[in-house]
Amino acid sequence: MITKTVKIVNKAGLHTRPAATIVKYASKYSCEFFIQKDGININGKSIIGVMTLAAEMGSDITLTFDGEDEAEACEEIVGYFERGFDE
Amino acid sequence: MMTTFNDIFKDAGNKITGIAAAPGLVIAKAYKYIKEELEVNGQKIINIKQALSDLDEAIARSKKELKKILNLARDIMGDKRAIIFEAQMMILDDPILLGTIKRRIEYEKMLPEFIVDDEISKYQKLMLKAHEGYMSERAHDIEDIKNRIIRNLQNKRWISKITHDVIVVSDTLTPSDTILFSRSDTKGFVTDRGGLTSHAAIISRSLNIPAVVGTHNSTLLINDGDELIVDGFHGCILVNPTKKQRNFYNTKIKHLKELQKNLIELKDKKAETTDGKIIELLANVDVTGEIDIAKTTGAQGIGLYRSEQILAEMGDLASEEEQAEIYNKLASRMYPQMVTIRALDIGGDKFNFSEISEPNPFLGLRGIRLLLANESLFKSQIRAVLRASKNKNIQFMLPMVSSLLEVRESKKLIDECKKELKKAKKEFDNNIKIGIMIEVPSSALLAKEFADEVDFLSIGTNDLIQYLVAVDRGNDLVSDLYREFHPAVLRTLKIIVDGGKTSNKNVSICGEMAAETLAIPLLIGLGLETLSLSPATIPYIKKIIRSISYSKSKKLADECLTYKTSDEIKARIEKFFVDNSIKRTRNII
Repeated sequence: MITKTVKIVNKAGLHTRPAATIVKYASKYSCEFFIQKDGININGKSIIGVMTLAAEMGSDITLTFDGEDEAEACEEIVGYFERGFDE
Repeated sequence: MMTTFNDIFKDAGNKITGIAAAPGLVIAKAYKYIKEELEVNGQKIINIKQALSDLDEAIARSKKELKKILNLARDIMGDKRAIIFEAQMMILDDPILLGTIKRRIEYEKMLPEFIVDDEISKYQKLMLKAHEGYMSERAHDIEDIKNRIIRNLQNKRWISKITHDVIVVSDTLTPSDTILFSRSDTKGFVTDRGGLTSHAAIISRSLNIPAVVGTHNSTLLINDGDELIVDGFHGCILVNPTKKQRNFYNTKIKHLKELQKNLIELKDKKAETTDGKIIELLANVDVTGEIDIAKTTGAQGIGLYRSEQILAEMGDLASEEEQAEIYNKLASRMYPQMVTIRALDIGGDKFNFSEISEPNPFLGLRGIRLLLANESLFKSQIRAVLRASKNKNIQFMLPMVSSLLEVRESKKLIDECKKELKKAKKEFDNNIKIGIMIEVPSSALLAKEFADEVDFLSIGTNDLIQYLVAVDRGNDLVSDLYREFHPAVLRTLKIIVDGGKTSNKNVSICGEMAAETLAIPLLIGLGLETLSLSPATIPYIKKIIRSISYSKSKKLADECLTYKTSDEIKARIEKFFVDNSIKRTRNII
């Protein structure tokens, strides 16, 4: 299991497009993927779940990966957060 | 003494009145249709397997609907804003959400829509708890997709519930509702809202189903299963009629049947005035079933094929292939008679399926504007129409044109499509006639200039009148101000007819006005030689034409053009009917 804390760095925060992209990335991997924020734990493969997260610029989010391909999943998704969702 | 309609109506305490929207008389049981009832209850179910397959079906149906919307949204709003619909699409595939819903249906044994509502609402509550403003908007987007799934679940259930041979009583009816009901042999329509030219009225007229609309409170006064008499001639409904009322109407229904039989005998006779002027009568086709009616009533071709009906019947935009097949069938069934296909007229009040809400849809992206903004959609229709034209009995007509530029752009696209088809070695009519609807005041004023650049003009009176007098015909607060005999309407019709004549192009009329018996002498007198109308009304109109003289009608029209109010005009025409002893159907039975 890998746990990482990332910061939202883009201006618009975790809006609909990055939410959709994160879910698309996560669906490629077999490992479990959870997102935690303010005590809420959301399954990262559920678009409707990820959309309930209100995360503005500067907020901290904890990502958990658990499964065979956790390292690859972590690399791709954490990278996407760090790049400010490519915006 | 013989009982009259007045005697029957005078003291009837069980009477509801409204607007007589489609002629005919019928006695049948009421079926109350309460629409879009997104009220869900936690009813227990027994057949879990059925519930799960219903859910799968509703999800698949929702995906199909949303896909069309997504494509259109991309075209119109661009990828960036279309993301809302893409996210909704992903929700329909959300493994966690769907898994939970299915498990809950199995364990809790409740109606699938209850579980869907409860489960998605949980997420909405979370979103609404957040302080960020955009989160409440997001909750609203989720509401859309939730309602879509629930609607598809419920639709399926009530479609199977509709009983046959009933009179549908509803607040209001959309075109697709009306078509759906017509498939289950509905005997009549009664609505609280809507006017003479609302779509429910138009479609019931074309299907020959009596309808009374704009009754305001019939859904309150009528109960499911009540026996009703619907009088589509007088705009009257009798609820649980007395023996006397029932006997009276049974006799009238018999008379009407005899009259209709006589009218059908006019099928092979010409629509010729007493002084020998021949009028061409064509059919407007809204639903496929009407082609048969057009055949039996002796229509001389199809003057208006509303291609958006494919959308209503399939619940979906058709592909080029599907369209080509439908148009081909239509053309070969009518051959050698002509078929005028009108390009998709969506937007406004018609099938606003793009779900992009416009503050004023009647003045917004509709008709040719929407088509030119969606080139791929438009071109696939053009190619399908061209492919069906190989026997040279198809014409193509553009809706809602308001400037010459739109005509030129459309013709450019038509030429491109011709080149593409040539390249693909597909047969088509290279000289296919292209015409436009005149339904916007700006194009009416420029009728001559338009006629110079197209092959024919067809007047769409419904929209033309509503734009001229600034009255929403579907709004029954003002719909009585929608007057086809307004002097401005008359003068505008004259400009159009004269404009077409100057350029030597055919002008026809395909709006509801052509089916109004009172308007016939006026239209003939103005010089119109082609009328396109609901096929079921053709015999009635033919009978009127055969009893008037063109020279007298022309005098009548010239005189009416000098009047200043619609009341004067209407009174003058009514006098014309009396003076020439021409009887209207409602006075014969």
